[in-house]
Amino acid sequence: MELALFIIFGLLAVAGALNLLLQHHPINSALSLIVVMMSLAVLYWSLGAEFLAAAQVIVYSGAIMVLFVFVIMLLNAGEEDTSPGSKFSRVASIAGFPGAAAIFCLLTYVFLSERDHLGASRVGGYLSNTVNNIVDLSHTLFTSLLLPFEVTSILILVAILGAVVLARKEP
Amino acid sequence: MHLSDFQIFLLISIIKIVVVLGITLTAVAYTVLLERKVLGRLQNRWGPSRVGPFGMLQPLADGIKLFLKEDMMPLAVERPLFILAPLIALSCALVSIAVVPFGRRTLVHGVDIFQISNINIGLLVILGITSIGVYGVALSGWSSNNKYSLFGSLRASAQLVSYELALGLSLVGVILRAGTLSLRGIVDSQSAHGLISWNFFGGFQFVAFFIYLMAAYAETNRTPFDLPEAESELVAGYHTEYSSMKFAMFFMAEYANMITVACVATLLFFGGATSPFGHLFDNVAVLNGPIIGALLSVFWFVVKIFGFLLLYIWVRGTLPRFRYDQLMGFGWKFLMPVAILNILATALALAYHS
Repeated sequence: MELALFIIFGLLAVAGALNLLLQHHPINSALSLIVVMMSLAVLYWSLGAEFLAAAQVIVYSGAIMVLFVFVIMLLNAGEEDTSPGSKFSRVASIAGFPGAAAIFCLLTYVFLSERDHLGASRVGGYLSNTVNNIVDLSHTLFTSLLLPFEVTSILILVAILGAVVLARKEP
Repeated sequence: MHLSDFQIFLLISIIKIVVVLGITLTAVAYTVLLERKVLGRLQNRWGPSRVGPFGMLQPLADGIKLFLKEDMMPLAVERPLFILAPLIALSCALVSIAVVPFGRRTLVHGVDIFQISNINIGLLVILGITSIGVYGVALSGWSSNNKYSLFGSLRASAQLVSYELALGLSLVGVILRAGTLSLRGIVDSQSAHGLISWNFFGGFQFVAFFIYLMAAYAETNRTPFDLPEAESELVAGYHTEYSSMKFAMFFMAEYANMITVACVATLLFFGGATSPFGHLFDNVAVLNGPIIGALLSVFWFVVKIFGFLLLYIWVRGTLPRFRYDQLMGFGWKFLMPVAILNILATALALAYHS
């Protein structure tokens, strides 16, 4: 059952990612990216990371991608120009696939060989009676990781203030 | 015939989904009728009264009319997205009902029949689905290739994204008090003494409730926040180009969203399906039988939802529409700071008591 979910949404994520690259219209690409993020959320959930899944949907597909779509709508971006490009883009298209495959193989090798150090999670999560990780997550976040958490919040606050200052019109 | 546990679970789940979907869609249709009737009375006229006794068959007639109307497809639209947008809007509006517990826990063969699925992050699921619902509105406006639709959808998406923040923050106080994100857990946390242990009264979350209420009106694009479909400025906003069933889908999505928002308000602030009398009548045997007790809990839930729907209609009949800059200023400069102060106060009170 859990494996079926994993296969369906894994395939959906890969299909969405390929569609993102192959589509010529920016809004179709943005929508494919939303499909990828939603499928990833389901995969996180099936691995027992419920909070991460919800945050993925609310923050990434619900807020950040809305802004992407918003910008595309406002700028009324048209179809992408697909004429054969410069020498560099041809090199990129030749080297890209082997490069991506190499990175994929390397990551798979590292994750599989270092499995004992990295830890593993079972497919099924909540259904296979793993612990409710929201409690654990918040406990860790507000006790042992409190300082990094607060520092990150201040960093984000600084970034927001910076954006406000940059966006303000000169009097 | 002998069924395995999984088959029983699957069968009951499918029946639950069909029944809940049927009841929700009927409720949507009759909410429209209720709105037209009550709005009529508020404006000193009758409202629909011709089809059937007291106009009770009006939703049926409206449904037939919308089904049989010609489905116009303008030539300049972005066809796939134009068709997809109302589907996204309606399905997002209906999916949220799946995590709502609308009666007390009643097990049949080990499956809770008054809740489709009890998820441990139920509240976050509802928030997530609401935030996905923005795409229905945004894409419909853009794919219509019409300037009024685009303005409507830009307004709607900006408004939804802005008010989602205040909405989410207003719920944190309740989560802090309950200590869980499961909707069933939140309801259980308020069931001790009936009325006085509800979050609205005993939990001192009335500030959070009013923030939630206002943000929820904005989320559902209802008066006084219905700028995305302000007919005096934008024809009909994002659904200007839609006709027949596609328009009906947007219409149903709006009313289904109203019901969802009312469900969340009931669950979080008014004790969900618990009785306002608490354990006062626990020794009356008639009211606590397995069937009557369960039905009574559903009755309390429906009464609370009905109260919220009436409030919606009352507000629509009373208040004028906001101006756009007032809307944004209200959301960002008033609701959000007050919501943050409420979180702070609740957290301090809980820390003091623990």
